[in-house]
Amino acid sequence: MKILAFAEQNEGKLKKPAFEVVCTARNLADKLKGEAVALLIGNNVQQLGNELAKYGAHKVVVVQNPKLEKYSPTAYPKIVAEVAKSIGASVVLVSATSHGKDCAPRVAVKLNAGFGSDCISFSIEDGTIVATRPVYAGKVLTNIKINSDVKVFTIRPNVFPANIYDSNSSNVEIFEIPLTDSDFSARVTEVMQIAGKLDVSEADIVVTGGRGMKGPENFKMLEELAETLGGAVGASRAVVDAGWRPHSEQVGQTGKTISPSLYIAVGVSGAIQHLAGMSSSKYIVAINKDKDAPIFQVADYGIVGDALEIIPALTKEVKKLLGK
Amino acid sequence: MKFAVCVSHVPDTAAKINISADGKTIDKSGIAYVMNPYDEFAVEECLRLKEKFGGEVVAISLGDDTYKETLRKALAMGVDRAVLLKDDPANWDSYSVARALADYLKEISPDVIFFGKQSVDYDSSGVGLMVAEMLGLPSVSVVTKLEIKDGTVLVEREIEGGKEKVETKLPAVFTAQKGLNEPRYPTLKGIMAAKSKPIEEKTLQKYPAKVEILKMHRPQAKSGGKIVGTDASAVVELVNLLHNEAKVI
Repeated sequence: MKILAFAEQNEGKLKKPAFEVVCTARNLADKLKGEAVALLIGNNVQQLGNELAKYGAHKVVVVQNPKLEKYSPTAYPKIVAEVAKSIGASVVLVSATSHGKDCAPRVAVKLNAGFGSDCISFSIEDGTIVATRPVYAGKVLTNIKINSDVKVFTIRPNVFPANIYDSNSSNVEIFEIPLTDSDFSARVTEVMQIAGKLDVSEADIVVTGGRGMKGPENFKMLEELAETLGGAVGASRAVVDAGWRPHSEQVGQTGKTISPSLYIAVGVSGAIQHLAGMSSSKYIVAINKDKDAPIFQVADYGIVGDALEIIPALTKEVKKLLGK
Repeated sequence: MKFAVCVSHVPDTAAKINISADGKTIDKSGIAYVMNPYDEFAVEECLRLKEKFGGEVVAISLGDDTYKETLRKALAMGVDRAVLLKDDPANWDSYSVARALADYLKEISPDVIFFGKQSVDYDSSGVGLMVAEMLGLPSVSVVTKLEIKDGTVLVEREIEGGKEKVETKLPAVFTAQKGLNEPRYPTLKGIMAAKSKPIEEKTLQKYPAKVEILKMHRPQAKSGGKIVGTDASAVVELVNLLHNEAKVI
């Protein structure tokens, strides 16, 4: 039984979700007595193969071509599906990142496979994979089973471990997949990323501000705290709708559903839509002057008080701890 | 040009979701259903494109009679036609929904097919992209900006920490992200007009789902949170707890 993990790279670099997806494939392969195969797609990316082997891939397949330098919503799914067919994969794992979520549904159709998205855990019951995935933005969880021969799952970033296996032997193989212009009928022409800006969906620590921040100018404080912690700034729907912060930072049901190690909610009351998007975080800190705010019900630690006084003090204290 | 927008009817995001006695479905009683929030951006974009290029906007929904409420909203916003593909919304998965929609879309062959980037019930964000694949069309998901020039479409989509530009050609499938536009509110005139517009009903072949829901359950609730203090002096203890107890910093 072969499990294919599509390990995304961006501009020649592997990010954490790539290691998580490979490691998850390996864990499943171990339980099902199968083989974990990692897939790398890009231009000149074969040197990344050894790194993936460290995270548990028994074998790494590389498909490289100058045309694959940037993501293509049509060509990438074709390659994943072709490789899955050619190695006879019965499970395909993809990270639930912006490219992974775009790619995986098309892969599922190409493989006539059932599709389970944004999974947060797997177990094996009677030799079959049972996946847990949140629905209604995490208000409810479902356990699902896919009944087709081939199964495609996406896994939520930051949830599965990325452990290093003792693997000295890396088995990297280059596959040639013929591609024509029509395979690139949709293609990325330009990437506009703010250098060094961490997205709330990728960050291990998220500092989110709500209306209690009193104005967009006060988010500077949260940016400084997030930067000190190496995290990202998030926003409640109220402040996004008020135009204080961009929608890309919104956490909650019509924003991003995330599970960082530490979530600090500052001046966020905790509407049901917001709680759905963040309550699976490992540790939650709430800072709010209303002691009855619902956010305290999901918090591990809380401070009842004025965010604008507490945040600068907190940043100072964290800097002291980290020697910054 | 012909524009098709697929809309879904979902629990309002403010709804508390309870699990039914069967343990596999949600208890629908007392829940207000609305047009999927992301679909509002999709409808709006189609209306704007029609205003610019002319043509027709068709709203399509797969579901039972209750879905007509969402189709009426689409009509009230200004779509020209509404079609209900009648189906019982049980034992669905993104694959079976996409198959049924793809069958109908193939019949009417639109130039532009729009979906919301995900429905806020099952959160799969798969149907739109699956339809594209089934129809052999290019797709761009999570769209925040879209411009059509001589059959070429220039799109911006959201990615982690930024955006990317994507180029494609029509016909194509797009899924709308919040921020693409500001959806219009139906006017009173629109609402009145929508009441008298017919909703076409069709019954299509039903496809079996490939995904089976074994069980629904609640995420583990947190309890016993600790209030560390009530002013800025509490940060010393908070940092101590985060460092030594939670070990997250």
